[in-house]
Amino acid sequence: MNEQHEDQSPPPQRMQVSLFVTCLADLFRPSVAFASIKLLEQAGCAVTVPLQQTCCGQPAYSSGDYEATVPVAQQVIGMLETADYVVVPSGSCADMICHHYPKILQGEWRERALKLAAKTFDLTVFLKDIARIEPRVNSQLSTLSVTYHDSCAGLREMNIKDQPRQLLRELCGVEVNELQQSEVCCGFGGTFCAKMPEISAKMVDDKLDHVLATGADVLVGGDLGCLLNIAGRAQRQGREIEVRHIAELLIGDMDEPPIGRGS
Amino acid sequence: MEQQSDTFLNNASAALKNIEHAERRDRLAILGPQLRTAAIDRLESFGNLRLHMKKVRQHALDNLDYYLTQFEKEAVHNGNQVHFARDDDELNSIVLDICQQHDARRITKGKSMVTAETGLNSFLQSAGLNVVETDLGEYIIQQAGETSSHIVAPALHKSADEVRELFQQKHDLGPRELPATSDLVAEARHVLRQHFLQAEVGIIGSNALISENGYSMLATSDGNGDLSANLPKVLIICATIDQIIPRAEDASAIAQLLACSGTGQSQACYTSFYSGPRREGDLDGPLETHFVLLDNERSNIMASDYREILECINCGACLNHCPVYANIGGHAYGSVYTGPIGSVLTPLLTSLEQSHLLPNACTSCGRCAEVCPADIPLPDLLRDLRHEEIIHKLAVPRWRYGLKLHAWLARHPAIYQTLSATGISILHRLGRKKGRFSTLPFASGWTSQRDFPAPQTNTFMHLYKSRMKHNNER
Repeated sequence: MNEQHEDQSPPPQRMQVSLFVTCLADLFRPSVAFASIKLLEQAGCAVTVPLQQTCCGQPAYSSGDYEATVPVAQQVIGMLETADYVVVPSGSCADMICHHYPKILQGEWRERALKLAAKTFDLTVFLKDIARIEPRVNSQLSTLSVTYHDSCAGLREMNIKDQPRQLLRELCGVEVNELQQSEVCCGFGGTFCAKMPEISAKMVDDKLDHVLATGADVLVGGDLGCLLNIAGRAQRQGREIEVRHIAELLIGDMDEPPIGRGS
Repeated sequence: MEQQSDTFLNNASAALKNIEHAERRDRLAILGPQLRTAAIDRLESFGNLRLHMKKVRQHALDNLDYYLTQFEKEAVHNGNQVHFARDDDELNSIVLDICQQHDARRITKGKSMVTAETGLNSFLQSAGLNVVETDLGEYIIQQAGETSSHIVAPALHKSADEVRELFQQKHDLGPRELPATSDLVAEARHVLRQHFLQAEVGIIGSNALISENGYSMLATSDGNGDLSANLPKVLIICATIDQIIPRAEDASAIAQLLACSGTGQSQACYTSFYSGPRREGDLDGPLETHFVLLDNERSNIMASDYREILECINCGACLNHCPVYANIGGHAYGSVYTGPIGSVLTPLLTSLEQSHLLPNACTSCGRCAEVCPADIPLPDLLRDLRHEEIIHKLAVPRWRYGLKLHAWLARHPAIYQTLSATGISILHRLGRKKGRFSTLPFASGWTSQRDFPAPQTNTFMHLYKSRMKHNNER
């Protein structure tokens, strides 16, 4: 495309994106939400943050309390359905909206849930496949050795696999130092980790063995639930690994202490 | 069906502390999926075969009455006697009656989940019969007085050394030391041969009942099921009513899916079809054959939202890929059915009240559903059971009310955001320096095993709204 042609074309329409922050980013790691906003803006989007947001309802849903989840789902649908796109910095919460809301709702609400599902994306998928963010390598990060944790819902339900790896390559200049057994759960499982802590601990220990075996400086992932679990266990066991959400790395925000480290 | 899954957490805890067993389980957790992946790559058409089998199984269950009637007619035509058993007791009594009609004292058994479900062995033994399991794994655990830890490989929890020790105790070995694993297999084969030759009745399970010809399919890895079927004069095949498939060619699809998913083989080592008693001119085979078809709650499951669980072909892939099963092994489940399939089936076959912990032994990681050759949405069924746990108020009150309160707060943004901003800013200030908490009163489940990362600052919503306000004022 030559410059002249570009000048004649109407200014590109910015994609209107609503950010669903997720409760874990809201409570524990606002830097993930701020990084997400910046990344989306860099990708040419106009970002709004609906102010009524709380949680997607997954804790009650996963524990089987469908009755308590339905009104939460309806509230989230009502809040987000006017957006062109909804972006969520969590494969698991995106999965909740995309695949689980339609399961517990009926009739008109189910139709509305399906419409919302069709325009809801995980952050990395949206940046890579929909907004197609321009590659711009942050050379400061390219010396980092990074490993990536595939979260189960993201991997198996939302098909998030290549996108975060491509983004790390194109925005940070790093190749992921892959984990052994990368498709095995880290033991978080929402309320599972608190209901069955011993079993969960063995699972996260196995995950940490694989993380440390890579020799990576940083473990990143797309789901704060897994990352809080892995970081919390690493600290309990005195195992040294820096844990961050992928959005922080993609935006180059390394000033914040990693998850669970003091300032 | 007997079960002791109410002590699941203690069982699991004990299993995790057995380091030697845990290390072997870790190796198996890598090996099982590797074998399956390699077998599926060789198969090429796994996806299509699975899709086809899903339709076949759904169709068979939709028309179960028709296919069961057809099966019975064909099986009787082939010279079999067909019995229907409503529950454990009926199956056990029918089998005992048949044994007693023939004055049988010695029984050999092929591997059968159905008879494990009904507790047939102890029932027959208490009636004075001598019952010998002949599947190598089943034989080992029977000798050890243990229960199965895996639906396909019952003695998966035992090492070769443990089996050697067991044989040294139970067999008359003389000076023989059985140094190699193959020596152990040879020893078991030698001992079992005597049992096969002496047995008056053989009992086996079934991998599929073929409606159009009244045949039963059996897939095994050691062929001992076939010896149990062919050498004694009387053969009893125990199966569940949901194992019906319409056509013989569907059985071949099941055989392929079963072998590649369960043991990573293209075909099981031995796949046999049983038609009925010895016919004129046949050189061998049983003189009398029976089918005992068990319902045991399956008609009720069929009419429930859990119907898809009956499409299971018992391959064990969900166990091999479940991170919970991998780490605690089968015994922790306290049931003959273990792993994800067991956590659905056990509550349905017994009562949720006794076994409601099992559906909670799941991280919803989805790996079981991904590999299931019957395409059963196991994580959904497990969550639906947790739904029933909530409805019937079986979950711990602290959790039930806690989650309800959380959901209520999530529906009231103003209150949620005010409370969370206050709470999070306090937690942040308390934990800022260290970055984490080693104990927190409301998160003891979490902090029993891991530190609780301190919040970074205040809540995002608080910070974001402050920024917006600040920007507007400028």
